[in-house]
This record gives sequence, C-alpha cells and structure tokens, in this order.
Amino acid sequence: MLFKSFIKNSFLKTQRVTPMALELAINIPKNFAGKYLATMLIPIAALVMFMGIWSGVASQIETSLGQLPGPVKVWEQTISLYNDHVAEREKEIKFYERQEKRNALKLEKNPDAKVKIRSYTGQVTFIDQMFTSLYTVISGFLVASLIAIPIGIISGLSNTVHRALNPLIQIFKPVSPLAWLPIVTIIVSAVYVSADPMFSKSFLVSAITVTLCCMWPTIINTSIGVSSIDEDLLNVSRVLRLGWFTKVYKIVLPSSIPMIFAGLRLSLGIGWMVLIAAEMLAQNPGLGKFVWDEFQNGSSNSLARIMVAVFVIGLIGFMLDRVMLFAQRKVSWDRNAIIR
Amino acid sequence: MSNSFLQLSQVCIDFPTDKGPFRALDNVNLNIEEKEFISLIGHSGCGKSTVLNIVAGMYRATTGGVLLENKEVNEPGPDRAVVFQNHSLLPWLTSYQNVELAVQQVFKQTMSRVEMKEWIMHNLELVHMTHAKDKLPSEISGGMKQRVGIARALAMQPKVLLMDEPFGALDALTRAHLQDSLMEIHANLGNTVIMITHDVDEAVLLSDRIVMMTNGPSATVGEILDIDLERPRNRLELADDEKFTHYRAEVLRFLYERQKKQAA
Repeated sequence: MLFKSFIKNSFLKTQRVTPMALELAINIPKNFAGKYLATMLIPIAALVMFMGIWSGVASQIETSLGQLPGPVKVWEQTISLYNDHVAEREKEIKFYERQEKRNALKLEKNPDAKVKIRSYTGQVTFIDQMFTSLYTVISGFLVASLIAIPIGIISGLSNTVHRALNPLIQIFKPVSPLAWLPIVTIIVSAVYVSADPMFSKSFLVSAITVTLCCMWPTIINTSIGVSSIDEDLLNVSRVLRLGWFTKVYKIVLPSSIPMIFAGLRLSLGIGWMVLIAAEMLAQNPGLGKFVWDEFQNGSSNSLARIMVAVFVIGLIGFMLDRVMLFAQRKVSWDRNAIIR
Repeated sequence: MSNSFLQLSQVCIDFPTDKGPFRALDNVNLNIEEKEFISLIGHSGCGKSTVLNIVAGMYRATTGGVLLENKEVNEPGPDRAVVFQNHSLLPWLTSYQNVELAVQQVFKQTMSRVEMKEWIMHNLELVHMTHAKDKLPSEISGGMKQRVGIARALAMQPKVLLMDEPFGALDALTRAHLQDSLMEIHANLGNTVIMITHDVDEAVLLSDRIVMMTNGPSATVGEILDIDLERPRNRLELADDEKFTHYRAEVLRFLYERQKKQAA
C-alpha cells in the first residue's frame, strides 16, 4: 500500500514538473512493447518452435543418405555453398589472369601470333543457379504480362471476345507445367534454329513454360477488373466522347489497375513454382537443376543442400511477392482496400 | 411550327424483357426553352431517369425523338453534360484533374494550355472548390464531390445541363448549400437545366417549371406546373411565402392523391 502510494505520488510529482517525460515514460514504451510483441516476437517464437520441431523430428529419421539434416547441418551447407561460389569466382579470375599473361608473352615473342581467348568453363555454383532462375522467371513473367494484360482488357471490354476466349482460358489454365514442357521443348528445338543464338535453348524452354503457365491469372483478373468498372465512369467517357484508346488509357486501365496487379502477383507466384519444376524435369540450368543434381549425386551433404535450395526457393518466392505487393500498394488508388 | 430550344416529341421507349417489350415511357412531349430550369418529379420507377438518359443520348427512344436546337440527339455528347447521382468522379484523379479530363477533351482544339488551366480554375471557383483542387475524391466529403462533379459538367459548357438526382445522397444541410450554389450559378451563367429530384421543396425552390410524371409502366408527363416566383429566391423568405406553399401543396397533391403509389 505504502509502496503504491509512493509510486503514485512520485508520478504525480513528475507529471507536474515534466508532463511530456511522464507520457514518454508510461505510454510509449507500453505501446512499443505491445506492438513489437505482435510484430516481432510472435513470428520469432514461431520460427524457433519450428526449428525445434524440425531438429527433433530430423534426429529420429535415418535415410539412405544418413540422418535427416537438422537446422545446424543445413546452415553449415549454406555457408559451404557460399564458400564454393566465392572459391569458384577466384578460380575464374585467376584463369583469366593466366590467360592474359600467356597471351601477352606470346605477343611479345611474335607480334603476329594468333592468341586464343577461351572463356572459363568452371562449375556452375548454387548462387549462379539462383540468378539464372531469377532471370528466367522474370523474363517469362514479363512476356506473360505483356500478352495477358492486353488480352484481359479486350476480353473485359467485349462480351464477344470474352465468350470466345473463356473456354480456351478455362481449359489451358489448369494444365500442369510438366505437360507443356515436352511440347515447348520440341517446338523450340524445331523453330529456334540460329547459328548465333541470342538466348540458349534451355533458357527459352524454361521461360516459355513459365509464360504459358502464368498468363492465366493475369488474363482472368484483368478481364474481371475491366468488366466490373463502374457503369457511371463509362457513362462519363460516353458523355465526353472519348475515343477507344483514350477511354482505355484514361478510364479503363487506371480503374482496373488494382485487379491487374492482384493478377500479376498470383501469376508471378505460379511462375516461380512452375520454373523450379520445369528446371528439374528438363535439366535446364537453375535452382531446379541444382536440386535434381544433388538428388542424383546422393552424397552425405546432398539432403542438406537440397534443403538449402528449398529455403532459398521459398525466400525468393517470398521476396518476389513482396516486390509485387509493394508495387500493388503504390499503384492502388483505392485507399480503403486492404492489400495483404 | 414553333421550335423550342429542346424538344421531346412523342417519345416512347420499350425495354426488351423475357415477356416481350416493356413500355417504360409512352408519348412524352416536352418543350424546354433556353435558360429554363426544369425539374422532373415523380415516384421512383416512373421513368424520370429514362427521360434524362434519352436526352443525354444514353438510350434511344423507340419512337419519337429529341431535338436540341433542331438537331436530333442520338448519342451522348458534352453539349448535354450529365451530373450523376453518385458524382462519378474518377477516384484516381484529383478534383483538378477530373475537371481537366473534361476540358482537355472538349476544348483540345480551341484552347491553349494556359487558357485551359484558367478555365478549369474558373469552374472550380464557381462551385467553391479551389481549396481542394489537389485532393482525391476519397479525401473530400460527399457534398464536395458533387460540387466537383458539377464543375466538371459546367466546364464542358453544355447547352443543357442534365442532373440526375444530384443531391439525393447528401444530408439536408449540405443539400441546402448546394442548392444555393446551383441557384447562384444558374443566375450567373443562365444554363438550361433539367434536374431529376424526389424532393418537393427542392423542385419548387429551384425550378421555373416542374414536370410531374405519372406512374409507370407507360409513364408520361402528367402535369406541368409553372413556378412564378421572383428570382433571386431565398429559402428563408420563401418558407412563409403563400405562393411557395401553394406550389408545394400542388406538387404534393399530384404525387400523393392523383398518382398515389400502389403499396410498394
């Protein structure tokens, strides 16, 4: 009792002297703690629990490749994969240095000598594969968006086009990437014949497969967004006698931007999943190939390395989604919409 | 044949339904002079909006037609600007940009950039909205949105201003403010206005003539009431005015005696 009243009094005193400081002392830390408890501590606690369960379960499972790796093993392999990459880069730099020296020496002896410049053909590291995959998925996704958004707009504006396209969209949408892959592979081999190809065939096959699989959500969402424009806004365009392009550019497109971006986000997510599967099946460079190679390799580290890949695939997918979410928030004019 | 500024002659319209055509309007005749302020009043579902949409060119009459300055109306256009009931501002554009869209479209050949800018600001001033010119529709109140909607319509310099229950969604005080603004604008610019309303006081206060419509189906013009009240009108003075009360009673009698709505 005495203690309580003492605190109360001392607080009252402080309040009389510096009310601001009191506010800081009481209110803000409370809010602070409350906020951080929700936003930081809970996810961290969940993560720690997950790690605990994982390592507990892993220690119980014995596989043909040794014990199922726990978090520690996976972390070790993450470091080792990174070190491999750094070592490989050093080797490459040294290779080119040696080549330059050799050629310079040759030219010194005989200025007319033909020098050979070879490019380095070392091992493809995990990090290389990661960037290949990222590059491929972004290319495929961009092409898909460039095709899907215009189609979506036209099918949203015209009932006839919508009726014509809808069955095709509904049939192609659920097709697994694994079914597209052989067709795409064969068509690319047949059609893309060039002495000096700008893209490698494997890249084209992966990217086109991504395109084919991730077009659909964007088409469907764009079309819904366009067809659900407020009738009054279209009437405004009629009263103003806007031309078709002006109408699309000034009214239809901005009005359906939130839906278009929702579609793009779905598309990119699908594209990323599809790409990994396609790379595994077609042995095209990328994270999918890495996983498959490690699976075939079957060393004692393979399982841990595959798990590293799984996490990286997940993290990249998450990152891509955040980027799209950020873009979606940037372009959305609807302040009431909750985008998450 | 004497030609009015705006003529609706023998306008009938049928809407297709599953049970065959539904006649919404039957033989609507109406002559409107330049600078006149006309209100359309009637029970909901009587086809007031349909009349307005035909004049706007959104619908085409099945038979009969509309002449504006002796030219047939058959598509929408900026010479018949519409103020929509729910403002219909483009939500991603600011007040200024919303008016700008209309000005750029209507005056792209005749005005320079500077002139356009002045014209946009002038119209925002008319509705007392210059202070919120850079605000998005979501950031301003319902009454302010409707003001910007009116500015956008006025900026098209329409021959006829069509207003579809422009103040229907507003609270009573805001509505009164906007009615005063509208009277002020009408006094200054002398626009020809057709306004749909449910509000008897609003109709009497603002109009030169009130067109009272019969109930649908096959709705038509029931009676036309001339409002012979001095302008400028003041709502407070008119509140006790005998003529005003009389006109008000006339409209009410039409709506609730002669055109009594069947139990809804």
